[in-house]
Amino acid sequence: MVVDQTLEKVREIIEAVEKEQSLEEGDILLNCLHRVQDVYQNFVPSEAAELVAERLKVPLSKVYEVLTFYTMFSTKLRGKYVIRVCNSLPCHVTGGSQIIDALFKELKVGFGGTTEDGLFTLEKTGCLGLCGVGPVIMINDEFYGNLTVDRVAEILADYRARGEAGV
Amino acid sequence: MAKVKSLEELMKIKEKSLKDLQMRDTEKKGKIVVAMGTCGIAAGAKDTLQAIVRELADNKVDDMSVVQSGCMGLCEVEPTVEVHMEGQAPIIYGHVTPEQARRIVQQHILSGKVVSDLMVKKGEI
Amino acid sequence: MSATDKTSIASEAPAPRVEARAATNTILLCAGGACISSGEESCLQALRATLEKYALQDVVKVVETGCMGMCDAGPLMILYPEGVFYQKLKPSDMEQIVSEHLLKGRIVESKLFVDPSTKVKITSAYDDHPFFTKQVKIATRNMGVIDPMSIEEYIARDGYFALRKVLQEMTPEQVIDTLKKSGLRGRGGAGFPTGLKWELTRKVPGKEKFVLCNADEGDPGAFMDRSILEGDPHSVLEAMAIAGYAVGAQKGYVYIRAEYPLAIERLTEGIKQAKEYGLFGENIMGSGFSFDLEIRMGAGAFVCGEETALIESVEGKRGQPRVKPPFPAQKGVWNKPTLNNNVETYANIPPIILNGPEWFTRIGTEKSKGTKVFCLAGKIKNTGLVEVPIGITLREVVYDIGGGIPNNKSFKAVQTGGPSGGCIPAEHLDMPIDYETLKTIGTMMGSGGMVFMDEDTCMVDVAKFFLQFSVDESCGKCTPCREGNRVMYEILERITNGEGEEGDIERLETLGQSIIDSSLCGLGQTSPQPVLSTIRFFRDEYEAHIREKRCPAKVCRSLIRYHIDESKCVGCTACARVCPVAAISGSLRKPHRIDPEICTRCGSCIEVCRFGAISKITPI
Ligand SMILES: Cc1cc2nc3c(=O)[nH]c(=O)nc-3n(C[C@H](O)[C@H](O)[C@H](O)COP(=O)(O)O)c2cc1C
Ligand code: SF4
Ligand code: SF4
Ligand code: FES
Ligand code: FES
Ligand code: FES
Repeated sequence: MVVDQTLEKVREIIEAVEKEQSLEEGDILLNCLHRVQDVYQNFVPSEAAELVAERLKVPLSKVYEVLTFYTMFSTKLRGKYVIRVCNSLPCHVTGGSQIIDALFKELKVGFGGTTEDGLFTLEKTGCLGLCGVGPVIMINDEFYGNLTVDRVAEILADYRARGEAGV
Repeated sequence: MAKVKSLEELMKIKEKSLKDLQMRDTEKKGKIVVAMGTCGIAAGAKDTLQAIVRELADNKVDDMSVVQSGCMGLCEVEPTVEVHMEGQAPIIYGHVTPEQARRIVQQHILSGKVVSDLMVKKGEI
Repeated sequence: MSATDKTSIASEAPAPRVEARAATNTILLCAGGACISSGEESCLQALRATLEKYALQDVVKVVETGCMGMCDAGPLMILYPEGVFYQKLKPSDMEQIVSEHLLKGRIVESKLFVDPSTKVKITSAYDDHPFFTKQVKIATRNMGVIDPMSIEEYIARDGYFALRKVLQEMTPEQVIDTLKKSGLRGRGGAGFPTGLKWELTRKVPGKEKFVLCNADEGDPGAFMDRSILEGDPHSVLEAMAIAGYAVGAQKGYVYIRAEYPLAIERLTEGIKQAKEYGLFGENIMGSGFSFDLEIRMGAGAFVCGEETALIESVEGKRGQPRVKPPFPAQKGVWNKPTLNNNVETYANIPPIILNGPEWFTRIGTEKSKGTKVFCLAGKIKNTGLVEVPIGITLREVVYDIGGGIPNNKSFKAVQTGGPSGGCIPAEHLDMPIDYETLKTIGTMMGSGGMVFMDEDTCMVDVAKFFLQFSVDESCGKCTPCREGNRVMYEILERITNGEGEEGDIERLETLGQSIIDSSLCGLGQTSPQPVLSTIRFFRDEYEAHIREKRCPAKVCRSLIRYHIDESKCVGCTACARVCPVAAISGSLRKPHRIDPEICTRCGSCIEVCRFGAISKITPI
C-alpha cells in the first residue's frame, strides 16, 4: 500500500538523519520533521508524526507542540507548491502590496488558502533576507525577486505547466 | 585527501590556488564568475549562467572557465557577472540578463571589447 | 588666518562626496583617526597654505572626510574631478601636488595609491561604482571574490591560517586576550564585547561545552548573515573552531533558518571539505584539539533568533525564550556552558587573529571598533550590502554609498534595528553610526538592516508594519507582548483607517512603555520601539491622521482618493483600461471620472496616465 511505502520512507529518513548527525539526543527533531514534510506533500500527517515520536523517543505531544509552534510545519495537507510571500516593510515599500494583491487575484485564495486544483497554498512570511531584490516570494525552495505584477503571472503559469507535467 | 598538519602544508595549498584565483599561469584564457547568492538567483542568475555556458559552447570557446561565487553585495544590479581575462583587471557587469550575457560573450570574450554600458566596476572588489 | 581658524572652516565644509564630485576641483582629505595620527592635520595646513600661495583657495574646495578605509596608506587624499588617489602624504608633498596636478594637470606618480593586494597603482577612484569606494571589507572580505564551495580558494585568501596560528602558537587565554584587546563587539544586535563573552564561557567549569552560531537572521531588512554564509562559509566555520579551542568546547551547532537553503548547502559542503583536510574533526592539525560541528535548522519562527529560544529550538523544542539568568555561558544547550555568537561576529575573527588586535582598533570609533555590515533596502538607489567603518555618518551611507534616493525624491528617514529599533530622520543625517550614538536617539544598531524611506512613505504605516511583524512573531509566552502588541496594532489600524481618536497617541506611548517594561525577552522589550520612535520624530503625521483624517504621504488607503483632473485629462482611456475593478468611466477624448466607491486605491491608473491628470487627494 502507498501509505506503508511512504512510512517506510519516513523510517529510512529517521535512520539516515540519526546516522548523519546527532550530537545529543533529541536535537534532530526539527531536521527530521523538515525531511518528513518533504516526503509528504508539504505537511506531516499524523501517522508520520507518531512514527517520528516513537523512533526518536519523544512524547507525541512534544512532536505536536513543535509542529504547531513553527510556521513552516503543517499538520494539514497543503498545495504541491507553497508560495510564501514576504510581508515585511522593505518589500512593502518597494511595492509588495501590489504583489500580494496580484497573488490573491491570480490564485483566488487568501493567506492560508489552497487553490482548488490543489497546486498552490498561499502563505505570508516575514523577511526572507532578499530585501535588496524586493518584492520577493519563495515557492517551495525557489526564490523570485524584483517582482512585478506581470512577472507573478508568468511564474505562476510556469508552475501550473510544471504541475500538469507532474514534476 | 591528505590532512593538513603544518604551516608549510597550508602555504602550499595557498600558493597553488592563489594562482588560479588571480588568473596567473593557468591554461585558461580567463574566467567568468557568476554571483550565485540567493539574491542573485532570485534576480535570475541561474538563467544568466545557463546562457553564458551555452553561448561559450555554441562558439566553441573552451579556454574560459565559468565559476560561481557568493554575491558582492550590490543587489541593485543583480544578476552580476565578473569577467577576468588573464593579465587584465577584472570587469564586473551588472543587470546581466541572458541576452546581455550573450552580448558579453560576443563582445568581451570573443572580440576583447569591454561592454561599457553594463560595467559597474573595474578592478578587484 | 590662524591655524585653528582654518581647521574650523574645514570641519564646517559640507561632507557629501556626490556634491563634491560635481564641483570643479575638490580635494578630499581623509580625517579618519588613523590618518590624523599619521599627520593629516599638518598636511591640511600645508595644503591650505600652498593653495593660498597660488591663489587657488577660492576655486579649490578642501573637504575632510571620514576614514577612507585604507588606513595603512594614510594620510590619504582624493582629487576630483579626476578621482586621483594619493597616499602616504607629507606636508612637503603639497607643493608638488598643487603645482603639478592642479595647475598643470600632471599626475604625481610617486604619490599614487598602490593597491595593497594587486600592487597596482590606482590612478582613478572614478571608474568605480561609488558603492565600493568607502567600504572596508573584513567580515565580507571574501564575498564575491572566492568560490564559496572551494576550501582551496578560501585558503588562498589566508583561510585557516588563523586556526593554525591559534592551535599551534597560542594558548586559549591569549586568543581571548587578543579578542578583548581588539574591542570586537557582537554584531547580532546587542553589541556585547565578544572577548568578554568568551572569557566568561571559558571560566565556567565543565568538561562539555558548546559553541553556537546564530544564523537565524530574521530582522526585516537584514541579509548580511545569509550573504556571508553563502559567499564565504569557511570564515564562520574557522572562527567557530577557534572559539571552541578558546572556550574549551568540542562541539558546535550552526542554527540557521530553513528559509536559507543555499546557505545550508554551502555550510554543509564547507564542513565536509574542512573535515577532509583535517581542519575539522579529530585532532586538528595534530594539536590534540578536536571539534565537530553540525547544522540545525529553524522552521519559521523569528523569536528563535533570541539566544535562549534558539537553545530551546536546538534541543528540539518550541522556541520559547528562557528566563535569564542563567545566561547561556552558564547553562546553555543541554544546560552545558554555551557560547553563542552571530555570523558576522565570527566572520571578523580570523583576520583579527592574523593581523593582531591593534590593526582592528585602528578602524572605527573610540567605543566601537572595526566595521559593521549594513544592508541597504527600501527607497535607496543602490540596494545592497556594505561594510563600512563604524562611526561613518548616515549621510555618507545614504548619498555616497547608497547613491541617494531614487526618482529625485527626498530622504525622509531610515529605520535601523528592524522591529526592535527606531527611525532616524533627516535632521540626524550627520550623526555617526555607532552603538552608543544610535541609542541616544531611541534606536539601535541591531543587526544592521537599514530600511530607507522617502517622502512617499507614511511613518504611521511603517510603524504599523513593524508592529504587525512583532504581533505575528511573539511566541505568546508573556501577556504584555502577546496582547499588548495586538492592542497597539489595533490602535494603529484605527488611525490609518481614519478612525483615530484624541488620546490614541498617548495610549500608544503608555502601552508601549509597559510592554517594554514587563516582557521577558528582547522581542517584547523592544517591539514598541518603532511606534515610539515614529511618534517622537513624526508626531505631526500621527496628528494629521487622527485629527484631519489626512495621510500626508498619501499612503493609507482609507484616507486617500484618486482623482482625475478634468482640465488635464485628454480622454486617452489608458487609465480605464488598466483599472482592475472598472472604477473609471468616460468615453474616448472626453474627461474620465473615478468612482471612489469602486476604486480599490491600487495606483495602477496613476502610473499609466501620461498627462499627469491623475493624483491622490487627502483627506477625502
Ligand atoms: C527577538 C530576537 C531576535 C534575535 N535574532 C537574532 C538573529 O537573528 N541573529 C543574531 O545573531 N542575533 C539575534 N538576536 C540576538 C541574540 O539574542 C544574541 O544576542 C546574539 O546572537 C549574540 O551574538 P553576538 O554577541 O555575536 O551579537 C535576537 C534577539 C532577539 C531578542
Ligand atoms: S517577550 Fe514576547 S516573544 Fe519574548 S518571551 Fe515574552 S511573549 Fe515570547
Ligand atoms: S487606483 Fe486602481 S482601482 Fe482606483 S481608479 Fe486607479 S486603477 Fe482603478
Ligand atoms: S523584506 Fe522582503 S525579503 Fe526582506
Ligand atoms: S545580498 Fe547578495 S547581491 Fe544582494
Ligand atoms: S583611511 Fe584615513 S583614517 Fe582610515
